[in-house]
Amino acid sequence: MASYKPTNIPVYPKLGEKVTEETLYWKNYKTPIQIKEFGAVSNIHFSPVTPYNFAVTAFTRIHLYGLLSQEPVKTFTRFKDTAYCGRFRSDGQLLVAGCEDSVVRLFDVSGKVALRMFKGHTKAVHVTDFTSDRYQILTGSDDYTCCLWDIPNSAQLNTYQEHTDYIRCGVTSQLNRDLFVTGSYDHSLKVFDARVDKSVMTINHGHPVESLLLYPSEGLLVSAGGRYVRVWDLLKGGQPLVSLKNHHKTVTCLALSSNGQRLLSGSLDRHVKVYNTTSYKVVHNFDYPAAILSLALAPEDESIVVGMTNSILSIKHRKPSEEAKETAGHQRRRPSYRVYAHRKSYVPKQDDYLVSKPVRQHLAKYDKQLKKFNVSKALDTALETWIRGRKPEITVAVIRELDRRGTLKNALAGRDEQELSRLLSFLIANLVDARFAPVLITAAEMILDIYQSIIGQSPVVDKQLLHLQSLLERELDYQKDLLEVLGMLDTMFASSLPKIELPCSGISTSNGLPQGQSTASRPQVQVN
Amino acid sequence: MVEHGDVRVVHKGGSKINFREPALSTDSRFLLCASGESVKVFSTATEECLHALQGHTDLITGVLLRPSNHLQAYSCSLDGTVRLWDFTDGILIRTYSIGYPIYGIYASAKHEGVIFIITPMHTDTNSELFQLVAVHLPQCGEQLVEAKELSAVLSNISSNPAASAFGREGQYIVSAKPLQLEVYFFKKHKSYSFFLKKDNQKGGKNTFTCITCHPTEDCIASGHEDGKIRLWRNFNHRKEYTYSTLHWHHSAVSSLRFTPEGTNLLSGGVESVLVQWRYNQESQRDFLPRLGGAITHISVSPDGALFCTSHSDNKITIIQSCVKVSAVIQGLVKGDRIRTDLMIEPRSKALVLNGKPGHLQFYSLQRDKLLYNLDIVQQEYIHESGLEQFEVVMAAFDASGSWLATVEERKQKAPELELNLKLWAFDDQKQSFVLNTTISAPHEGRITALCFPHVSDGQTTMLVSTSRDGHFKAWQLAAPAHTEDEGPSWSCDFLGAYHSLVPECCCFSADSSLLAVGFQEVVTVWTPASWELLTTLSQPPGAVRDLCFGRLSCSKYLLGATTSRLLCCWNLLTCSLEWVTSMDVSLLLADPLSENMAAFCFEAGSTDLFVFKPGEPRPLFSHKALCSGRVTHAVFVPREVMLESCDEASQWLNCSHLYFLTQSMDLLTFITKAEEDKLTASSKQLVVSDDVAMTPFHLLLGKHRDQLENPQAESRLSVEPIRQPSSSAGINELLQMPAHVLPSASFLCSMFVQSLLISVNKPSEQNKEKEEEMESEKEEEDSDGEMESRISRPEHMPSGESGCAAPALTKEEVRELRRLKKLDHSWMKGLLD
Repeated sequence: MASYKPTNIPVYPKLGEKVTEETLYWKNYKTPIQIKEFGAVSNIHFSPVTPYNFAVTAFTRIHLYGLLSQEPVKTFTRFKDTAYCGRFRSDGQLLVAGCEDSVVRLFDVSGKVALRMFKGHTKAVHVTDFTSDRYQILTGSDDYTCCLWDIPNSAQLNTYQEHTDYIRCGVTSQLNRDLFVTGSYDHSLKVFDARVDKSVMTINHGHPVESLLLYPSEGLLVSAGGRYVRVWDLLKGGQPLVSLKNHHKTVTCLALSSNGQRLLSGSLDRHVKVYNTTSYKVVHNFDYPAAILSLALAPEDESIVVGMTNSILSIKHRKPSEEAKETAGHQRRRPSYRVYAHRKSYVPKQDDYLVSKPVRQHLAKYDKQLKKFNVSKALDTALETWIRGRKPEITVAVIRELDRRGTLKNALAGRDEQELSRLLSFLIANLVDARFAPVLITAAEMILDIYQSIIGQSPVVDKQLLHLQSLLERELDYQKDLLEVLGMLDTMFASSLPKIELPCSGISTSNGLPQGQSTASRPQVQVN
Repeated sequence: MVEHGDVRVVHKGGSKINFREPALSTDSRFLLCASGESVKVFSTATEECLHALQGHTDLITGVLLRPSNHLQAYSCSLDGTVRLWDFTDGILIRTYSIGYPIYGIYASAKHEGVIFIITPMHTDTNSELFQLVAVHLPQCGEQLVEAKELSAVLSNISSNPAASAFGREGQYIVSAKPLQLEVYFFKKHKSYSFFLKKDNQKGGKNTFTCITCHPTEDCIASGHEDGKIRLWRNFNHRKEYTYSTLHWHHSAVSSLRFTPEGTNLLSGGVESVLVQWRYNQESQRDFLPRLGGAITHISVSPDGALFCTSHSDNKITIIQSCVKVSAVIQGLVKGDRIRTDLMIEPRSKALVLNGKPGHLQFYSLQRDKLLYNLDIVQQEYIHESGLEQFEVVMAAFDASGSWLATVEERKQKAPELELNLKLWAFDDQKQSFVLNTTISAPHEGRITALCFPHVSDGQTTMLVSTSRDGHFKAWQLAAPAHTEDEGPSWSCDFLGAYHSLVPECCCFSADSSLLAVGFQEVVTVWTPASWELLTTLSQPPGAVRDLCFGRLSCSKYLLGATTSRLLCCWNLLTCSLEWVTSMDVSLLLADPLSENMAAFCFEAGSTDLFVFKPGEPRPLFSHKALCSGRVTHAVFVPREVMLESCDEASQWLNCSHLYFLTQSMDLLTFITKAEEDKLTASSKQLVVSDDVAMTPFHLLLGKHRDQLENPQAESRLSVEPIRQPSSSAGINELLQMPAHVLPSASFLCSMFVQSLLISVNKPSEQNKEKEEEMESEKEEEDSDGEMESRISRPEHMPSGESGCAAPALTKEEVRELRRLKKLDHSWMKGLLD
């Protein structure tokens, strides 16, 4: 005696975005906290030491935020004009920032007044950074020069005048105190060595360079400019490694995830893209409400901070990890576990005769009804709001099963206004879904057959029927358009494919195929 | 033309066991069922077929226990004889020749020496009218008796044996015609008839389908076409009869039975639910649902302990007291038509074809037993006639047997066609196929062919399907695209078409480097590596129906059968036609182990078989008029042991058997004379003694015992008769000793095995044994069996060794001989030189 076989619910391929481990990782952030700043957020920099405060440069101020605070813990306001590029020193004690008024200011994180003012540039300073020995500062300015300054005696050590346009980005090496890279609007990246007074390497990016990033190993350099993100191998003399064109507007900022496995780029097209650094494929994509100017990742990817042109700072914090949640759930379940503990731990002895109980088959509600041949009730249970809304495939599978049993008409018939409108609303929601269409069209035809006599009696049902009609008309137009496109594509494919000469044409007489037919024979090949 | 030689066509396996109601023996240990031309005796406990009672020369139409002797059974057949058997020993006791074809048999304890049979009223075979005839069986000791005393009891009855039944204690006999119930009382010699209207008001059909009588009360139960059961009472009056109606079945009741005490009534029908009604409390019913195919017969053992139901899918279910299915005897399921081809599963060498609806059956041809059913559709089967169900229409195995592809379809009309392509992977742990990928709607039209490449090493990763929608698709086993998918699955790799023609067949070459797809008149040859069209071959007019690549040395040939009655052979090296012959080939097959090909040709209403090599002009074997109708399913089954026949006519059977299905669904095969001789020699009847349980273990032991007995029996011919062969003493000891006094099984086992092995010792070893001066005295703790064999052996040794015919040598003489042998005879050689 075979047991009842439950209705087979087909697993449909998921439409839309594929769920990967990456998406799970990057989706695991809470809803963003949005903070309104005074102007466009041009730079965000995380302090390298705990508690990982971050400096947000916006208009004439630099705010310091704590990792989890929503209010600034500290504010630097002593700027006469727009501030640029607020950066922490590697010990987190000092902060440097450029300014539209060409003065570079150095702050103590705990103080308010600038410790040093470096004057020497003639135009706005957009780039500031500390060298890895902590005693020097790199600045780059709109006057096409970049300078090295000594912090203790605030003297200008070196000036390089090699760029021919604004210098808008630069980065210092963390491994060598003398090396730094600058990027300029003259499309070039230059690598400088402080021990020589000339650049040691020039790389052409091809577009005005907006942002630079050095890998932790410092063998690879990433530059962003125009719509391109380019990766260069510095150890091979600036050989281009890969060029990524995934944004459709200028890429403004770059960041590296904490383990160095993922590269993030933000752009004016309001997207942040996450790349795998081994394959350089986009693995995830964040959408933001406005054009993105700056981007930073907290250590361990605990939060993503994005600054936008509409002066909004968006902070996304990572959700607490699964383990914490599990332990919480464990505690909740503990009492019931205790009740069954002794039964579970009972181990039968060697001589015990085990009476095995037949395993009871658990059936879903609709299957129980189907087993009893209660066709209407089975359809009712399958049309419950939860199933109908969340898992339409179950409802469709039950309808298909009823159709297979030849009892769909019986199940659909004899319904009152409310039930009928429920059925119709389900049809309206799912009829044009290509996965369900074959089954639901049969059901819709049957419903129209059964209930055609009562059309006009209920305004609710009439309205839904009209809706269904318009839906079908729209779908027909849509399908027609699609077919036209398909036809166009076919012609294009056919004309672009190379003609294959078949060896059979020469011997066509021997195998009896008429000459004219065989010369015209060309395979219609479509590769899926 | 090659002569048939000694190759013969025989029925092989898979006979019908649900044709007539099976009979259960009085002690419920045996089940007798009519199966083709023999009666099979099954053990109800182990489901094994113990033996077949052979002797009838035509279809057996009834099996019945002899009422006066519960160890004997009658069987009747269309050959016009009734045979009496001792079914425990499988001995034919007597044959009664009646002279007319018999369609059913009845007997009652009250009518000693009389049996009642159904025969046609007229001697011409196509007569639709049948009569019930009482036959007085003459009492005499001869083997073949002619029964002449015939007297007609009822005339114009149904040929269906279920439509007639004996009443209480054999006092009356009831028979149902389409709308009439006729009761004949033996005492009064009078018959009453009761009529029903053709249709009742609700449109139900009142036609009688089956009938049974209560064993102790005057009550007749009748089943009807519309699913009703009527209980007739008070029928010994023409006018005052009454009946009550029971209704549960939704379609015709096919079988009814009362339990021996008359407390319950069992009924069954198409729904495949066994319904148990309480007699006199008919509102109480018990159900046993989902037994399998439609129930065709129900029978009850005389002690009421077991029921058994026959099903339309060639199955007998044994049920213990209406609660538990205790055993299932499953024959080869043969539906109305086989949609899949016959296939051989490469691992178990089982024959695979459509089985139960929505299943594939794996049938062992060697053991003539169904191994298992694989559920392909995985849906609840609704037993209702006229319902369009999912059917498995195509299946294919890859060369190593690790993948199975199946196609199921529902509703063949084009717009509503539902198609599923399923791929099953062989699971080593479960030893069965596990669903890997389901592709719903793989094509827009029906699938016409399905094939795997023949990759002998490594994994198959490709499948090609052709469809009516004008495309063929290549499916590829691909690694999971994402990490959360469990394993590799199949997806479409290539879609090919040719001039929007419909592909009908496809075939991979032996090394899988070429794929041939037949697009109506044109054969296209593709290379699967790059999916390039290499060449086209054609032989118009007529579409290509079958394609087949040659094997081994003939792998350069491609054979195709066309609808214009041509068999073409193309040479792929020159891309030209090698030869054409005019024959209407209905099926073209290649032997996987040799170059041979078999072509079944339909000629003038019957099928001819030609076996040939593509490269040779002369067929190896031909058989005219194999069977009537077209043969559309056949398969080469690789042999387990290669034959080494040198006979030209039977050489093609050396590697493989050829099985084929005729239009009437008979599974036939070819057998060589040598094989046949071997078979008859080995099929000596096993006499099953009554005191040992009929278990497979017993059969195994019994076989060994036979083997032990036989050599001695031969040797006994030459020497004086000796005492009872007791080489099986060890076995007897093992079986007859109470279990609690025996030592542990591990200790016994080695002894037991030794006792079986020792009889194979060569005589030369025994010589040595003797020379070792009775050292074996120490080995007395050996089992009895060994001792016995050692004693018995010297007796036949002299007859075996002709050289030393002298009586046994004494010890001194032996030593003398040995010394002589050791002497240096080289001086003699020197002398000769």
